[in-house]
Amino acid sequence: MTATDVKSSPLDRVWKALESVTDPEIPVLTVVELGIIPDARIENGRVTVEMCPTFAGCPALDVMRNDIRTAVENAGFDDVKVEIVFDPPWTSDRISDEGLRKLKAFGLAPPVKCGGSVTEAMLQRVPCPYCDSGDTTLESIFGPTLCRAIHYCNSCLQSFEQFKPV
Amino acid sequence: MPTETPLVEMKLDSETRPAVIDLLYRMADDGLIIGHRNSEWTGIGPIMEEDIAFSSVAQDKMGHALAFYNLLHEMGEPDPDQIVFCRSAAQYRCCSLVVLENFTPDAPALGPDLSNNPTRDRLVAHGDWALSLVRQFFFSEADAVRMAALAESSYAPIANIARKIRGEIKYHTMHGRGMMKHMGAASDDTRGRIQMEIDRLWPHALGIFEPTKYDKVLAAAAVTPVEEELCRRWRGDVEPLLESAGFSIPLNAKPCHGGRSGKHPPEMVSLLADLQKVARLDPGAKW
Repeated sequence: MTATDVKSSPLDRVWKALESVTDPEIPVLTVVELGIIPDARIENGRVTVEMCPTFAGCPALDVMRNDIRTAVENAGFDDVKVEIVFDPPWTSDRISDEGLRKLKAFGLAPPVKCGGSVTEAMLQRVPCPYCDSGDTTLESIFGPTLCRAIHYCNSCLQSFEQFKPV
Repeated sequence: MPTETPLVEMKLDSETRPAVIDLLYRMADDGLIIGHRNSEWTGIGPIMEEDIAFSSVAQDKMGHALAFYNLLHEMGEPDPDQIVFCRSAAQYRCCSLVVLENFTPDAPALGPDLSNNPTRDRLVAHGDWALSLVRQFFFSEADAVRMAALAESSYAPIANIARKIRGEIKYHTMHGRGMMKHMGAASDDTRGRIQMEIDRLWPHALGIFEPTKYDKVLAAAAVTPVEEELCRRWRGDVEPLLESAGFSIPLNAKPCHGGRSGKHPPEMVSLLADLQKVARLDPGAKW
């Protein structure tokens, strides 16, 4: 533990630990940037981290849940509980601006803000994350993971994936 | 103090509680079983995009089922693995639509089985993707109607899950609607096959909304509208979609009921034999 860590509050240390946990399928993105941690609190020595699932059937959720517990335990807390919550409902609008920037740098077109209700228009002419062209075609609303759709860029002639607005 | 008993539990009286549990079993079992059926196409779908679509929808529905099974477990029911792997067909509460095999009834059986996956082999030889597509279309539309209603449920744990998974189901209805439109604009052969499945599956689709003895209690407690009302909303969505794609609506169809009280088509037994095969080899094994 460094001198700075000692000065910061216990809850700050919890959040700092959470910022070190990344999505196993999008390793550039932390769980905090992904917006899946609506709350973390410490009561009577127990750390409770609330986690709202992205896609309910996403197999990465279990991995992230375990990684979160381990990271907080490694930050010096013995009693850590990761609670799955559906309120607030996760939507892609919860991804932070920094998260959206990282998605694009990773080669995934970021989702547009959808207010929790996607429309077909939001999936059309999605800007290509490689060349920024808007001349793109939606190939499939389903992709290699639950959170990705597949598009094709008519300008740089490459297929690319989009993090789905949901 | 962190409390182990969810506060919401206190809100259910002794009459509403079993009704909510029954509703959760119905929704979770529907999700699990249609997820299982759709996953049978994984790797052998007719075209790659549809292989991916059916696999993704299957995975979503398994996730939704798990959310409902987890809620059941919080309410004192067995854990999700036990619920799924240790119940007999008669204990399942899914509707017949989700149980039907991905074959037309006249699909021949295969010869002596020499492989370790006879279901897949039969699907490769005789699978009927038109059936699976129409089924998925009917089911997604019903799912969307149900979750829209449940998003307003008085029972917060259900309302919260419904609000969350509606966004995912939107992709399922988008897929179904797009495909029905394409199929309606395709060749005579295609349109004929889709219409045949619409006619054949319609009674099973109506059976999604089989009334149960809990309907009145659930409606009175504002947990969910009665099934008849949800069916009316579903028809209000589905019938114009089919008609605008050039398909006709079956007349005087008799709903296929029974699933909600555990009476399933015979193929439910073989489905569970597949689904529970590994778990039953060594019950209670730790993974």
